Amino acid sequence: MRRIRPGVWLAALVLALLVLAAALPYLFTGQDPLTVDSGATLRPPSAEHLLGTDENGRDVFSRIVYGTRASLLLGFGAIAIALAAGGLLGVAAGLGNRFVENLIMRLSDVGLAFPELLLALVVITVAGGGTTNAVLAIGVANIPNYARVVRAQTLSIRRSTYVEAARALGLSGPRVVFRHVLPNAVKPVLILATIGVGTALVAGSALSFLGLGTPPPEPEWGSMLSTARAFISRAWWYGVFPGAAITLTVISVTVVGRALRLRSEGRTW
Amino acid sequence: MHGALRLVGWRLLTGLGVLWGAATLAFLVLHLTPGDQAQAIVGGENAAPTPEVIAQVTREYRLDEPWYVQYLLHLGRVVRGDLGTSYRLHTPVTQAIGEQAGATLELAAAAAVVALALSVVVALASAKRRRWVRGLASGSELVIASIPSFWLGILLLTVFSFGLRLFPATGSHGFQSLVLPALALALPIAGVLGHVLREALEEVLEEPFVISARTRGQGDMAVRLRHALRHALVPLITMTGYWVGALLGGAVITETLFTRQGIGRLLLGAVNAKDLPVVLGVVLLSAGIYVLVNLLVDLLYLVIDPRLRDAPAPAARTAVEGSA
Repeated sequence: MRRIRPGVWLAALVLALLVLAAALPYLFTGQDPLTVDSGATLRPPSAEHLLGTDENGRDVFSRIVYGTRASLLLGFGAIAIALAAGGLLGVAAGLGNRFVENLIMRLSDVGLAFPELLLALVVITVAGGGTTNAVLAIGVANIPNYARVVRAQTLSIRRSTYVEAARALGLSGPRVVFRHVLPNAVKPVLILATIGVGTALVAGSALSFLGLGTPPPEPEWGSMLSTARAFISRAWWYGVFPGAAITLTVISVTVVGRALRLRSEGRTW
Repeated sequence: MHGALRLVGWRLLTGLGVLWGAATLAFLVLHLTPGDQAQAIVGGENAAPTPEVIAQVTREYRLDEPWYVQYLLHLGRVVRGDLGTSYRLHTPVTQAIGEQAGATLELAAAAAVVALALSVVVALASAKRRRWVRGLASGSELVIASIPSFWLGILLLTVFSFGLRLFPATGSHGFQSLVLPALALALPIAGVLGHVLREALEEVLEEPFVISARTRGQGDMAVRLRHALRHALVPLITMTGYWVGALLGGAVITETLFTRQGIGRLLLGAVNAKDLPVVLGVVLLSAGIYVLVNLLVDLLYLVIDPRLRDAPAPAARTAVEGSA
């Protein structure tokens, strides 16, 4: 049994808490994230309001807790889309004939020429803003990357002895693809995707920050920062804590992802 | 040299292919987006153009032609550097971008210099040092690379602009107003670059030629600067595509946060106004920059690695692609 570094444990614990907060936010705070209190606007952190209040007197802590769901959805949802579509395209490119492979790979070349955020902005210009479209936009922007990696995996697996063995045993084509090639091609990519969730979350909350993702008053970390921008000179807590939540999440995801990668490479955690 | 020329020629060809693909994508987006193009050209939702005006615009922009004629016209315009007319500003897209390009270029260049300098200094100082030094460096790189640039900007504003009152919070004139935006844009990139550079440096410092340099009596810093750094910089050059993309994408956020002039602000305004020609123009421009930068990187490889110059084209190509 290999020793797991305490930092990795801590990161995994933070992630577990975040997932719990996304699923059952009321376990963490008794205050409603949408209740307006015009008598207590922009109050500094206190016993009553742990992280202070915003311009409408809403509790910043409970808004962060309730915002976990939308923020995590941006990260995980986008990568799920990229992984599913990129995985299918990648396997198709790796197994298909020259024409299919060239078509998919050249398309992904074109896709990679655009910065992620710019490609997402094109999707949003056409489809409009909102949480779902932001998830879609970041997801689509990530497809080329995953298609490339999955294709590379598929190519090496296709020539492996166990696929040859499965073929020699007379297994049908689709069975070989779905039972042997696909799972083995996607597994290493899953680890890559863990780290990808972090960058997708940042990109998603960036869209919210630009006013194109989750719309107010719905709590989401990026859109909280977007409103906080107007009040930084008077209420530092408002601009500091939602961003800290994003950063903590990204760090945890990255640490866990890196640990998984090291383990898969046979190194220590 | 023959192989090198073929390599460059091949790269030029694939680059043109990417640009063609990007222009085609732009055409598809422009034409498959619901809504009447002639209507969009004439003005916003509140403008009520007469049918005659719509008909005139349709003729003028040749929107009544079949799609393949329009596609060829579109490609022809892109080749001539004409990116269409903004729906919102009613000026040529290239002119709108040109007016904003200087400010963004200034910001991106400042951020690139800061990011590069910072990552080189930290990597040189921390590679193969004591455990706690490396731990500290890699820990802060992880934190810095994980911080979203818009939050970093808010933190910088809170401390240096509203707390210490050292720098202005907004504006795009002069050195003073450039410092905080450039830092906000540069630091996350520096985190990523620093991480890559330190790992490369630690690998290079194990190489026989480094040991040989040390045995000739060269000091530690001299070895790092003169021998190791050159080799360790290669992965950073390979990553040029990443950081050019990060600078362009980050500019949208940084310019919004600091209310600076620039292409990023222009782009955001265009997204909000559904001004597709401007959005696609900026995206096409960034694809062009990407292709150009990658071509320059390939040429740079030939300068850095003399082996590639005499290698036959296929071998040179795999060498370049293998390191990418």
